Amino acid sequence: MTETSPAILRVRDLRKNYRSGETTLEVLRSVDFDLAAGEFVSIVGQSGSGKSTLLHLMGLLDAADSGSIELDGTQIDGLSSARRDRLRNTAVGMVFQSYHLLPELDALENVLAPLMVRHGVLEWLRVRRDARDAARGLLDRFGLGGRLRHKPRQLSGGEMQRVAIARALVTRPRVLLADEPTGNLDEATGGGILDTLCELNHADGLSIVLVTHDAAVARRADRIVRLAAGRVDDAPHASDQAGQAGHACHADLRKAG
Amino acid sequence: MYKLLLCWRYLRTRWIALASIVSVTLGVATMIVVNAVMAGFSYEMQTRIHGILSDLVFESHSLSGFQDPQWHMDEIKRAAGDDIVGMTPTVAVPAMLNFQVRGQWITRQIMLIGIDAATHAQVSDFGRYLQHPANRGQLSFGLRDGGYDTVDSQSDTTVPTRPALEGAGWPHRRMRVERERVWREKLDADRRAGEGPEAAAAEPSRSVDQQVDAVLAATTADAPPAAAEAGGDLATPPATADPFRQARPIEGTRMDPANEQFTGIVPGIGLASFRDNAGTDRFLVLPGDDVKITFPTSGTPPKAVSDTFTVVDFYESKMSEYDSNFVFVPIASLQRMRGMIDPQSGLASVNSIQIKLREGADLDRVRDTLRKVFPADLYAVSTWRDKQGPLLAAVDMEMSVLNILLFLIIAVAGFGILAIFFMIVVEKTRDIGILKSLGASASGIGGIFLGYGLFLGIVGAGAGLALGLSIAWNINSIRAGVEWCTGERVFDPSIYYFYRIPSIVHPFTVLWIIVGAVGIAVGSSVLPALRAARLHPVEALRHD
Repeated sequence: MTETSPAILRVRDLRKNYRSGETTLEVLRSVDFDLAAGEFVSIVGQSGSGKSTLLHLMGLLDAADSGSIELDGTQIDGLSSARRDRLRNTAVGMVFQSYHLLPELDALENVLAPLMVRHGVLEWLRVRRDARDAARGLLDRFGLGGRLRHKPRQLSGGEMQRVAIARALVTRPRVLLADEPTGNLDEATGGGILDTLCELNHADGLSIVLVTHDAAVARRADRIVRLAAGRVDDAPHASDQAGQAGHACHADLRKAG
Repeated sequence: MYKLLLCWRYLRTRWIALASIVSVTLGVATMIVVNAVMAGFSYEMQTRIHGILSDLVFESHSLSGFQDPQWHMDEIKRAAGDDIVGMTPTVAVPAMLNFQVRGQWITRQIMLIGIDAATHAQVSDFGRYLQHPANRGQLSFGLRDGGYDTVDSQSDTTVPTRPALEGAGWPHRRMRVERERVWREKLDADRRAGEGPEAAAAEPSRSVDQQVDAVLAATTADAPPAAAEAGGDLATPPATADPFRQARPIEGTRMDPANEQFTGIVPGIGLASFRDNAGTDRFLVLPGDDVKITFPTSGTPPKAVSDTFTVVDFYESKMSEYDSNFVFVPIASLQRMRGMIDPQSGLASVNSIQIKLREGADLDRVRDTLRKVFPADLYAVSTWRDKQGPLLAAVDMEMSVLNILLFLIIAVAGFGILAIFFMIVVEKTRDIGILKSLGASASGIGGIFLGYGLFLGIVGAGAGLALGLSIAWNINSIRAGVEWCTGERVFDPSIYYFYRIPSIVHPFTVLWIIVGAVGIAVGSSVLPALRAARLHPVEALRHD
């Protein structure tokens, strides 16, 4: 699959250290990773294995010490901060464990936030109508059509995460990076969120990287990448039968179809 | 776009930030009010000073002055040309004023100024400061037949604050003479009865004075008598320097004080009156009363001579320094009394020439031109500003120091903004991380806080502008309200000689205050904005 489809994310020999005083913590020691267009990959690993750091580096939230990341054909190291900001806004959508919605804004405004960040005031006045329509469409699709004007604190966890996903998608990114999106949710709600991701992957062809420590969640993906001590662990694992398990997206959709 | 939305949302949810708006508002309002009142006082003072002094003063260093003012005036006219619209000669000498109040002789140190009644009002606002409406039009040193203002013509009050001036002038003089006559008759009756010889002793000497002065008064209008001309010569011995010594023995012309007056004088109102707590002026001397003035003659060394004068009006410039110091007399009388008229040539000397320039003329340039023409070791040429330089400079400095102090109020508000914004940055760290994860740039995040500071500054300064202007424009009603509430006099007209607090709002000053306040508000949000801009997105997202 990775050989045939063009890679949308190509990570080579990525290293990242965190220094605190005298001690240096090697979080990532030479990670290689590829994400094909339309692929759904889970990254699993124990706490401290570096999976979140890898996600942040791919999402341009942090800079690597060495190595390279190619996002949608663009080498991101060495970019100016303005171009990094731009790329982060347009090419990547991110979803977090604790939703990270802006508490002052209602659901619709939260979804619109990335577009507001992208456009200046005058530009915004021109694109406002289209942006609203796109945001409403996404929220409708996720069953939140009636909660557009609710503030995050008035929404349940599942609803907040769906708002966050809508926000990640409103910019039409090539890649969705999800950091433990079900971590704060109960099993049923988390399953709903995973179903949503699966559907996006299948129906819209969205490339997804899902970071989780939960093997059951990870199995919903096409492929599982295991991180251990800052490296990709290539050894086969009994629970890594992604896409084969009963809950995998394709299985679900096959069933549904 | 998100910056505007977030600024607005933060503003609506962070009421604490409004506290700093209030401090900016108060600071701006205070500065506007204080500057307006200071500018008002300064303007009043400058107008007064300028009203008293003419634009340019051309004077001699010597007390004896220089001869032939007409020649000097022609020379000045030739040098300065079209800039000059009016000139008048004056003679100023230090002197002593004596008058009797309820049997007590009161002595005041004064500056005796001889002026030309016809032209003096043309070079300064002199005429405006007189108490008789006719004198304000054209000054006359003749006593008026009543009609003096009982209401201060320079204030806008309609309450008579000078009831004593009601009967001033000839009516007052006749009444006084009548009273003295009755009193003298009583004394004579007493003396005939063999009692009170001491009390009567003062009267004969006074009547002798009156006789003597009557002669002088009679000769004032005419050409100077031969004796006076002889006295004008500086080389003559002191014994003959004073023409009035010569005139004194002349007998037979008894003056009728009820119908005649001595040489008229216009003393400053501060010399003759004081203001009581109710704001009413009490007069020690009224127009129609006679006073004695002792002044130096023009000889070397100068000799002190005295003469009697009749008060004909009061001069009130509202500058207490002048109102309690200046006494104006007709220049011709003073020149003759001081012996400033050359007996050979008949030319009189003057101390100084007051010059009025056309509107908009450059005072300093004309002054420098005249300084080049006239030797500096004989003549001093100065503008009215030069004359009051130290005073004006002191007021200017007072204003700058006050402004600096008041600006510190706004600076304190700035530190309030700084602290509050740092708090908001810490509180909103996670949101800042979220915005960065959505692609917001560091400058964009910083811009939120700068914009927030700008908004606080503009709103605070705007409210301060409204508050300050409304106070500055209504300061006298506010004063009245405060006085009514507290029962205390906030502004005592007896100290300031103003009936209301002057207040002038200079748009330029206001602009500077507003710009400064907004600048401080934005300036103090720079540090928090930088801090927000530099937050690391990953760490910010982890922040709880």
